[in-house]
Amino acid sequence: MKGLLDPLGPVAASQQQHLLVVVVLTLVAVLPVLVGVPLIYWRYRRRNAAAYRPDWGFSPLVELMMWGVPLAIVVVLSWLLWQDTHRYAPEKPLGPTPLEIEVVGLNWKWLFLYPGERIASLGDLVIPAGQPVTLKLTSDTVMQSFMVPSLAGQLYAMPGMVTRLNLVASAPGTAVGRNMQYNGSGFSGQQFRVRILSEADYRRWSERAANSPVRLDKSTYNKLAASGSLAEATAIFSGEAGHRRPFPVPVEDANLFGKIVGRYHTGTPIAPEQQPGASAYTPVDDRL
Amino acid sequence: MNEGPLGRLGLDDLPLTVFFGHPGLSEAIADGAGLLVIVAALGALLLLSIYRLWRPLWCEWLTSVDHRKIGIMYIAIGLLMLVRGVIEGVLMRINQAAAQGGGFLSPDHFAQLFSTHGTIMIFFVAMPFIVGFINCIVPLQIGARDMAFPVMNQISLAMTAAGASLIMISLVIGQFGTGGWTAYPPYTELAFSPGEGVDYWIWAVVISGLGSLMSGINFSVTIYKLRAPGMTFMRMPMFTWTALCTSILIVFAMPPVTVSSLMLAADRYLDFHFFTNDLGGNMMNYANLFWMFGHPEVYILILPAYGVFSEISATFAAKTLYGYRSLVIATMSIAVLSFTVWLHHFFTMGQGASVNAAFGVATMLIAIPTGVKVYDWMATLWRGRIRMRVPMIYLFGFFMLFTIGGMTGVLLANPTIDFQVHNSLFLVAHFHNVLIPGVLFGMLAGVHYWFPKVFGFRLDARWGARTAWLWIAGFSFAFLPLYALGLMGMPRRASMWDDPAFVPWLIVSGAGALVILLALVALCWTFVTSIRHREALAVPVGDPWDGRTLEWATPSPPPEWNFAIIPSVSARDPFYTEKAAGAFVAATFFGFAMVWHIGWLAAVSALGLVAGVIVLGSRETRHTVIPASDVARAENEWLRELNGAQGVTRDEEITAANRGLAAPDTLPGESRA
Repeated sequence: MKGLLDPLGPVAASQQQHLLVVVVLTLVAVLPVLVGVPLIYWRYRRRNAAAYRPDWGFSPLVELMMWGVPLAIVVVLSWLLWQDTHRYAPEKPLGPTPLEIEVVGLNWKWLFLYPGERIASLGDLVIPAGQPVTLKLTSDTVMQSFMVPSLAGQLYAMPGMVTRLNLVASAPGTAVGRNMQYNGSGFSGQQFRVRILSEADYRRWSERAANSPVRLDKSTYNKLAASGSLAEATAIFSGEAGHRRPFPVPVEDANLFGKIVGRYHTGTPIAPEQQPGASAYTPVDDRL
Repeated sequence: MNEGPLGRLGLDDLPLTVFFGHPGLSEAIADGAGLLVIVAALGALLLLSIYRLWRPLWCEWLTSVDHRKIGIMYIAIGLLMLVRGVIEGVLMRINQAAAQGGGFLSPDHFAQLFSTHGTIMIFFVAMPFIVGFINCIVPLQIGARDMAFPVMNQISLAMTAAGASLIMISLVIGQFGTGGWTAYPPYTELAFSPGEGVDYWIWAVVISGLGSLMSGINFSVTIYKLRAPGMTFMRMPMFTWTALCTSILIVFAMPPVTVSSLMLAADRYLDFHFFTNDLGGNMMNYANLFWMFGHPEVYILILPAYGVFSEISATFAAKTLYGYRSLVIATMSIAVLSFTVWLHHFFTMGQGASVNAAFGVATMLIAIPTGVKVYDWMATLWRGRIRMRVPMIYLFGFFMLFTIGGMTGVLLANPTIDFQVHNSLFLVAHFHNVLIPGVLFGMLAGVHYWFPKVFGFRLDARWGARTAWLWIAGFSFAFLPLYALGLMGMPRRASMWDDPAFVPWLIVSGAGALVILLALVALCWTFVTSIRHREALAVPVGDPWDGRTLEWATPSPPPEWNFAIIPSVSARDPFYTEKAAGAFVAATFFGFAMVWHIGWLAAVSALGLVAGVIVLGSRETRHTVIPASDVARAENEWLRELNGAQGVTRDEEITAANRGLAAPDTLPGESRA
């Protein structure tokens, strides 16, 4: 996945742009070292008998340059940093009515809930092109880091909390996303597909859920939440026919996301058997 | 704790999976490593017995309060652990190079490797190195006889050794944690990591952390209180300045990590909920506390390396250090600023744009004093007479590579860029790029520079140079490609991957890791060959490099009292120190017992440790007087040697003619001033 190097939206494009600007500006301070050091080592090698000033240890002009140039660069960089950090802050929506998608990090796959359509997708984030999207991230296991490099970079997803990552894709295409924070033996494979569809294709995709024989309810969610690969979790929804791509599926409870976040705020302890991602976890049908 | 008398320790925790089923390459490597530790330990015991070294080891080393010997033991721990750390690193790089679709190491084994590698390199290689150097050199540089608290110094060493021992024991008995060197909860909480692994991490870090804290206190008091008359602050050598700043940082930065680790222990042992998912726990507090230590920690490590570079650039350019005042101000600025930037380790936690931007700007500010220091060393070399000795090769590598690491650090200070490369191999490349060319090159340069002072003979210059170039090449091939991989989105800590675009970069990186392995072998050989030829390399007079600071005014190796002319004697008390050596045993047993839930052993060793400290602390101080005649005799011997020695020019610096007396330096054809 050539994420940052191949941006598919304005956020990642601006991050790429910022990277290049910082590299160029920093080179002003760095190049004199990379060029000057070999020259000094060569010219003032002992055998060369070049100029020798053993007691020279201070020069106001040199001091001014040494402190002044880095300071000036840092002032410019700080200004840019402040502007850029605010322009595309992850929590800032990129339009008036963003499409809201709820993201649940699990061991070792990502669940995407579309509250507007009441559908769910696993390991396959589908978004319409040109439409600002707000991803509400949480985790139902340990902390994870949700990342789609070609769209927006990463943000932590933490149990019992919601972080917001806003992004928009410029044109239809595909990308790869993944978890960047180590969360156990399945970490390396915890990737997902990102598909950016046209408005019409997106609508067609979301309507496919109506034909799905299985749905996401308490029972399937609790099974899904057990540690395992995306393929293993997908099998839960594949049904008798063994569909490889059974998603999207309808969601029974419109407030599933709220319940996943809220389970950590009930004031009662969560035993390891009830904690998704824990090695002792055993799925029980009616939890949540 | 409802387990048996040995807690939860059982037979299947020993490195014998071959006999307990599921053997594979990954398990074989783990078992082999465990058995290697056992064989090496038995071999060491055997050699000590054959050569009848037990008594000298105990009397002259383990119970010594001599700062120089304690320093040497610290550095020995650092070198030993470096060997393990490098081997683990090479194993990981080779595995990753071969891991398209799955490497030869199991994901769990790989996770243990990156966890121990990080923990070892930070806490048990870099820290012992810098603490060891400060011990060896600072008292000599400030004209003191010893540290302010020699016995506490020894307890610090015992704690560090106990922590290192726990890490080594984890190779043989049971498993280490898989949560990385930062051990972020909730992954490291009981629900997700129920085994003994995280406990090994906790107790190794807590015990050695207490040792480091005591070292910090000891060093700062020593530098504040024990400077020789006339050694004002603005006359202190730069290495001592950096040691002072580092000590202050240690005093303020170690407590947060000790506290956060103990809070994690409370979660795991006592059913607390500081960082759990439920009942109000929050892992964000852990991240805050950990990095409140973690960021100053990188400056704790790098500042003494800066000190080394200051010393060697002046010495080997035969010039006064440029911009002493600037360097002091820059060092202090870095020390203060290092406490204001910790949040940049988790820009991605969702705290909002303004908080991120503020910490981003603070982070960039550190680049200013750091840049000043680099320019100062360049100015020191400018119009000097540079001798390309081994330390200068390391300095060259530092200049060319560390600058790149500094540049990527400025990149990472930008939250917008950090969102893209955080947790990726770009980050791994960055911190290796500052830690290897910065800390490690600084320490190895220091080893070559001060070795003749501490041991009385120089290290072989040819093998030293080969080692240095191997390190520089190995680092460049192993880590610079990781920048590209990080920009392509490859995460850190991945035991496998499937993007074919990664292949060429990972293969170069794996080859670089092998070069680093060669560098490690060459480093060991440098020591072996130098010890073999120590007669020819001896510099008893004490000043092989035409040095500029006070430590070169003593014999090599310096006597226990360091300076004969300060008319007082050193405080020492062998009786106390045997107790302090017992602290190592008690601390190791305590850590081990806590890891395995062996209640009675934990209680006994904790009691022993506490009682020991109380006894130590409540006894009257007793001084052992070294007779003035002994001092005079040794001093006269040295003076005779000095008078008989032939001064050498810098051209003969790395020849056998160099006995440690510098002649006024001239170039051939130049008349002597």
